Amino acid sequence: MNIEERLLEGDKRACARLISLLENNDEQAVNIIKRQYHRTGNAYVIGVTGSPGSGKSTLTDRLTKELRAQGKKIGILAVDPTSPFSGGAILGDRIRMSDLALDKDVFIRSMGTRGYLGGISKATWGAVKALDIYGCDYIFIETVGVGQSEIDIVKMADTVLMVMVPNMGDDIQAIKAGIMEIADVFAINKSDLDGADKTKLEIEMNLDLNEKSDYRAPVEQVSAIKNEDIDVLLQKIMNHENYLKETGKLHERRRRNLKVEIIQLVEEELLKLIMDKALEGDLLEELSHEVEKRKQDPYTAKEKIISLIRE
Amino acid sequence: MDKPIRVLVAKPGLDGHDRGAKVIARALRDAGMEVIYTGLRQTPEQIVAAAVQEDVDVVAMSILSGAHNHLFPKVVRLLKEEGIEDVLVLGGGVIPEDDIPGLKEAGVEGIFTPGTPTKEVIEFIKGNVKK
Ligand SMILES: Nc1nc2c(ncn2[C@@H]2O[C@H](COP(=O)(O)OP(=O)(O)OP(=O)(O)O)[C@@H](O)[C@H]2O)c(=O)[nH]1
Ligand SMILES: [Mg+2]
Repeated sequence: MNIEERLLEGDKRACARLISLLENNDEQAVNIIKRQYHRTGNAYVIGVTGSPGSGKSTLTDRLTKELRAQGKKIGILAVDPTSPFSGGAILGDRIRMSDLALDKDVFIRSMGTRGYLGGISKATWGAVKALDIYGCDYIFIETVGVGQSEIDIVKMADTVLMVMVPNMGDDIQAIKAGIMEIADVFAINKSDLDGADKTKLEIEMNLDLNEKSDYRAPVEQVSAIKNEDIDVLLQKIMNHENYLKETGKLHERRRRNLKVEIIQLVEEELLKLIMDKALEGDLLEELSHEVEKRKQDPYTAKEKIISLIRE
Repeated sequence: MDKPIRVLVAKPGLDGHDRGAKVIARALRDAGMEVIYTGLRQTPEQIVAAAVQEDVDVVAMSILSGAHNHLFPKVVRLLKEEGIEDVLVLGGGVIPEDDIPGLKEAGVEGIFTPGTPTKEVIEFIKGNVKK
């Protein structure tokens, strides 16, 4: 049996290999996704984001156990940063999910960002589809521990879970800088520590300022380590899922995300098309020399490159 | 971009020291590899399950507790049972000279004792990956 057939039978190794091939831009793998795309769309995608060390992995582990108790099949994509210097990475999220390794209905995959900014990797889009075809009911995507601008998860997730911790200090800046808008559910993790009430208050106050739709993101205090209120948090996530489904907003959101995905694919292909040509006859080299000598300007140089493919 | 070599670095056995494993993890990362680090006290079953899901090229284990003659071959055996024959299995830690031939026989292809320069491990991996 080939990878495609085995994937449809729920074979873990086939799923794992397909994700590798997608990560390596393998054309065969893309063709499998193309052929099986009609099977996707069933998995509900939960993005788990928040600052480094906030407990994203531990919380994902706990939420997965809750969902497993309901008989759901779970996929987890855990993204960690690739070193820009060596191209290597240490992917350490599995450490917090050891118990799940042997569960036949849990599939965990660690991914390096491989040069993609935004807290995920380019192949994450493909990996989600692979897990969807593989038959997952829920897919968690744990992003890189983010600062404030790396919020691409919103382009991929149905529900964005923002993990905060008490006494965030500077992190409260992040709240102001756009994170409020992308979160569908807030978890204040490590609520076994002091200061969780204050953090909740701060987030709620910010939500008061931002309120503009009929949905308000709930703010739930939990402790992943002590396994406290994880069921309540999961219920809040499911409430959001139900809200999106009942109002038709899930379709709206997925369409918006797919638009972004298609544009991204077009951009990528166009850039490759143009740059292949520009690099071909050392045109880029030549132009950058001339621009540096002030014989040309960057705008004219750009027009020359664009004209290579504009006919 | 070249496809990076993916390495599962695992600590089977009951000893609670992972300094060595972390040093090697960092060295492999700096050599451009993707290292999946799974933490302490992993059972052979957990290691193999992770190797399957992560589709790694290499499984590198380190043990200080002396259970290597049992645990390393068990991982190789479980991998075979999963039908996985194209993964390079390495073992590190305090391993007596006398045990090495037996381990190699069992399919642990590279054995690295304390003090081995990380460069040597990197070269070995690059020269022996099978995928
Ligand atoms: N006190 C306390 N510590 C926690 C809790 N949840 C997680 N931790 C600890 O916080 C540390 C980081 O947890 P992770 O789950 O690895 O956090 P993360 O956000 O996935 O980290 P990165 O992936 O590195 O960004 C670990 O030492 C956990 O044991 C909690 O509820 N309370
Ligand atoms: Mg993590």
